[in-house]
Amino acid sequence: MDEILEILEKDGRASAEEIAKMIRKDPAAVRKSIRKYEKEGAILKYKAVINKDLVRDSDSEVRALIEVNILPQKDLGFDKIAERIYSFPEVTSCYLISGTYDLLVVVEGKSLHTVSNFVAEKLSCMENVRGTATHFLLKKYKEDGVILKHKTENKRIAISY
Amino acid sequence: MRTSKVVEKIQPSGIRAFFDLVLGMKDVISLGVGEPDFVTPWQIREAGIYSLEQGFTSYTSNKGLYKLRLGIHRYLKNKFGLDYCPDEEILITVGVSEGVDLALRSIINPGDKVLVPVPGYVSYGPVTELAGGVPVYIDTSKNGLKITPALLKKHIDKKVKAIILNYPTNPTGVSYRRKELEELNRILLRHKILCISDEVYGDLTYDFEHTAFPTLPGAKKNTVYLNGFSKSFAMTGWRVAFACGPKDIIAAMTKIHQYTIMCVSITSQMAAAEALASGRKSMEQMKREYDRRRQFVTVEMNSLGLKCSRPQGAFYIFPSIKGTGLSSMDFSRKLLEKEKVAVVPGTAFGPCCEGYIRISYASSMDSLKEALVRIGKFLGKRE
Repeated sequence: MDEILEILEKDGRASAEEIAKMIRKDPAAVRKSIRKYEKEGAILKYKAVINKDLVRDSDSEVRALIEVNILPQKDLGFDKIAERIYSFPEVTSCYLISGTYDLLVVVEGKSLHTVSNFVAEKLSCMENVRGTATHFLLKKYKEDGVILKHKTENKRIAISY
Repeated sequence: MRTSKVVEKIQPSGIRAFFDLVLGMKDVISLGVGEPDFVTPWQIREAGIYSLEQGFTSYTSNKGLYKLRLGIHRYLKNKFGLDYCPDEEILITVGVSEGVDLALRSIINPGDKVLVPVPGYVSYGPVTELAGGVPVYIDTSKNGLKITPALLKKHIDKKVKAIILNYPTNPTGVSYRRKELEELNRILLRHKILCISDEVYGDLTYDFEHTAFPTLPGAKKNTVYLNGFSKSFAMTGWRVAFACGPKDIIAAMTKIHQYTIMCVSITSQMAAAEALASGRKSMEQMKREYDRRRQFVTVEMNSLGLKCSRPQGAFYIFPSIKGTGLSSMDFSRKLLEKEKVAVVPGTAFGPCCEGYIRISYASSMDSLKEALVRIGKFLGKRE
């Protein structure tokens, strides 16, 4: 992967000027590459990783992983039905996977109730959905490579040869 | 006096008071740390933990675990084409620090001189004295912080037994290309001067391939090659390193090691073996991160008017602060007091380093950015 992407993946706020200094390139060239990545969709968006355990009144306090079994459609396979599912704003991630079920759907909601309602009223009764199994998430330890722990203490002595 | 003359003769470090000042202060951004900011990669830590679970809590052979020596043999063979026999030419030591001590004690007769280029790591001179030798410091500050053939020749006489090289260099980040080392090596061989080569930062070389000193023509028989896991695998606290060299010197070193140390902690040796087996990728990742910081800090320091060339290895940069009119110590003290940024005054590394400071970029990019803003403020360059 291009170093520019590698840096941005770790720190979306790194500016083109800073990246240029880190990799010894011209800032204009870095800016151009970033624009190109954005245009092509290699860079989709920039966002903050939020530890929702520390945020009150979040709209996504409850999270569930839902295994969904699907009857694939002729000519369309899984894609059409997947689209119908992932278009719901409650769905934060949706993957087609191999194994005993077909789609892994991640759903977020304000309460247990909202999430169960979504499963019962929207997901399960959808045509071509043969069955679901809902797993509520109890605790997040690590997400997208980020360990969800507040700043770890510094264990090094502050000055040494 | 109860303590020995040889110990009394060693000067206490002049900057201990400054270190204490840093240690006593809160919320300091420290660019004064001589070790990685990364924690040892998990698979290496896990191997250490697993070895404890398995009950590996005993001594090992004096030379160290065979499996680790074999791993080192393979690593050096693959990386440099160097062939050190795991039975007779490799010794596991408690950090490169022990390796330096053992090498010096193995070769020095009372009064022998040892060449020590400065700026250089702080232990070489004192350890030479403890071994009964006489350190001869080679001031490289007027030669771009590098030892040159001319400078080397100037310091050679009949009493010179050895030289201690350290590249990439702590505190300067300077390293040497193969051609430069070849010239130095020719001179050493001609004058029968042994080379103790501390290459603990060798894996952290950025702009060109690191040359291991014993790979130079005729150098293997004349060199004690020292390397370890501390810097490249972020394993400073494990205290594990290795010495490779000709049989007679390694045998002598092993003799001292067996009576003084016995062996390196088995947990550390098990973890080190894992580092060689599976740590390469983590090491490369850390190296890439250091490299970015290196580029970033070099540009920033120069734009702040603290002149420095781009370091080629390790994680240090050694800018000149002469333009500020302050001494290294005053600069460091004031920067600490006003902006709470800690650096190491150059004079910690020898009197010839007045006018320099050592900055370690083994700190997260965020801390580096913040520290640079504060240094800018300190210099009146930024609001």
